[in-house]
Amino acid sequence: MTDTATDLRTTRFVVARRKGGDDPDELRYDTFDVAVGPHTTILDSLVAIRRELDPTLSFRHSCFHASCGTCGMRVNGREGLACVTPVPAGAEVTVEPLANIPIVSDLVVDMQAFYDEFDEAGRPLVRASESIAAAETAEGIDELGRFEDCIECGICLSACPVAGSDPRYVGPAALAAAWRLIDEPRGADPGPVLRLMDDEQAAWRCHLAWECSEACPSGVDPAAAIMRLRGAAAAARARRLFSFGGNR
Amino acid sequence: MAGTTVEPRRPENAPAQRRGVVGWFDPRGRRLGGLAFIVNRLSGLGLVLYLYMHLMILSLLVQGPGAWDTFVDIALSPPVLVFDVVLLAGMLIHGLNGIRVGLVGMGLVVSRQRALFIAAFVIAAFVTFVGALRIFGGEG
Repeated sequence: MTDTATDLRTTRFVVARRKGGDDPDELRYDTFDVAVGPHTTILDSLVAIRRELDPTLSFRHSCFHASCGTCGMRVNGREGLACVTPVPAGAEVTVEPLANIPIVSDLVVDMQAFYDEFDEAGRPLVRASESIAAAETAEGIDELGRFEDCIECGICLSACPVAGSDPRYVGPAALAAAWRLIDEPRGADPGPVLRLMDDEQAAWRCHLAWECSEACPSGVDPAAAIMRLRGAAAAARARRLFSFGGNR
Repeated sequence: MAGTTVEPRRPENAPAQRRGVVGWFDPRGRRLGGLAFIVNRLSGLGLVLYLYMHLMILSLLVQGPGAWDTFVDIALSPPVLVFDVVLLAGMLIHGLNGIRVGLVGMGLVVSRQRALFIAAFVIAAFVTFVGALRIFGGEG
């Protein structure tokens, strides 16, 4: 889909900036006037700004179709993937990095701690229980894989108000991953992960704002996973209580 | 595609990178679950404030019947009765939403959390309306 010259309007982009050496507690905002059409995305606009107005603007992207999860950011205060977020109507749009994650440069955040939490959760990558058994496979392929929906974009962590006040919180994505492992262990022992996540800074820190599930661009529904994780943790505690110190 | 660079500036009320507890009460960009989260905290804080006010008012009893009767006259004035209606609404929304939070937070009826909040809000609004009629009309 191509926008014609007559479809174009000028939108003022207010873009958060911070470089190494800047005050870590302050974001600076630069403004850029960009001609956009009805199909222009935020990522299209940022690419244009970097190419034509400010080559020092930093942002991360890769696939351009919501698969890689690298271009998560906040647009007018709401999280989304820049590659599939259309430029909103209105004369001005504010673009900021994801919240609750350290900034590396401008709109680029440091995802390392976020990924580390996944490792503790067992990092499930395959969702075998939702594979379609009747699906036809190509010659030479025995079985189709069904991958996890989570694209590890960090948007859920940014949207979570509790993560905004408590940096020790494990966060929605890792908790959802832990639930997937417990729900579908595929031969693994889910006990250690359940015990790890049955903690005041893990499953029990969530205060049910549900913003993670609303913001998730991939339909993971981390909040529901956290609630089911709590149910499993409570059931395990009850079993331990009534087994008088047994293992389960 | 692109135009000109203009003067750098900072938009008003730009959220900080980690918003802290203040961010709990920021309604911008929130959806239903987030608004329920805010309402529950505001109503909870309001009820705690009311509890201390209630204890302070009860302490008037030690000053004798005159002090208490004066307070009752004030309490029955329309502006204070509005406060009673707000108190009733706060108790209802906090209590009913608390049941929702308790159920969902234990892994029960998780998929119905949105419907539960809407139901809690509708019930709270209806009972508050009936309560307001009784508070101001005396007869309901």
